[in-house]
Amino acid sequence: MDKLIAKSPCAGLLPLTIGDVTLTEEEAGAMTVLTPRKGKAEAAAEALAKAHGPAWPEPGRATGPAGARAIWFGHDEVLLMGPDPDKSLGQHAYLVDQSDAWAAVRLEGEGTEDVLARLVPIDLRPEVFKRGHSARTQLFHMSVSITRLPDGAFLILAFRSMAASLVHDLKRAMEAVAARG
Amino acid sequence: MRITCPLCGERDRREFYYKGHALELNRPTPDAGEEAWDAYVYTRENPAGETRDLWYHEGGCGAWVVVTRNTVTHEVLATELARGVRR
Repeated sequence: MDKLIAKSPCAGLLPLTIGDVTLTEEEAGAMTVLTPRKGKAEAAAEALAKAHGPAWPEPGRATGPAGARAIWFGHDEVLLMGPDPDKSLGQHAYLVDQSDAWAAVRLEGEGTEDVLARLVPIDLRPEVFKRGHSARTQLFHMSVSITRLPDGAFLILAFRSMAASLVHDLKRAMEAVAARG
Repeated sequence: MRITCPLCGERDRREFYYKGHALELNRPTPDAGEEAWDAYVYTRENPAGETRDLWYHEGGCGAWVVVTRNTVTHEVLATELARGVRR
């Protein structure tokens, strides 16, 4: 059998710098969605903190550093991004491996909020959407997860099948913002 | 129109999918009889004023939300997670 070479979701599309804004692909590592079993929310949170470090994020928040991030991912869902999930988590939560399901990109530079304001219907200004904040919302017509990382950049997750659309839409918005000078 | 998701906060109406009246949460028991089931499946009020219905936050957190709103003024009066609604 031929040797298969894995390609990242945005291979050939990124990196991209337009004006003062840079879009790069984020090294996501393993991506696992955790849903607490019935009545096990606290135990699941303890197991997550013990095994990987990050506190269980409240709705609209993300915790932990690069390599072991926990991102609130919807109603009763937390995305563990980075490590392979420890076995102990499985006793208290349902684990779904979604490593191959998401494209992860990082948007940084001057004016990232102006770029996203053209595509996203929520307020992402830094005084409102602070470091460690996270949201499930839409980017153009796509369902996405947007997180403000500890360094101020945006982490955007979209369905992998829509990686090309994600980059295309962000590129158009970056060009439009840059054109305004 | 803006709807306040109990988890995500105030969001644009376009992030939500409309399902129907919240009485869908009050499913009759299997032996409730034809009349109760007929009403549950087919009969809906069409009020000019306050109503409660189910919305799905599909462009957001994926929660089902019970929204109390006024069909005349389009005012959203209250929202709560469907999971928290007493059946």
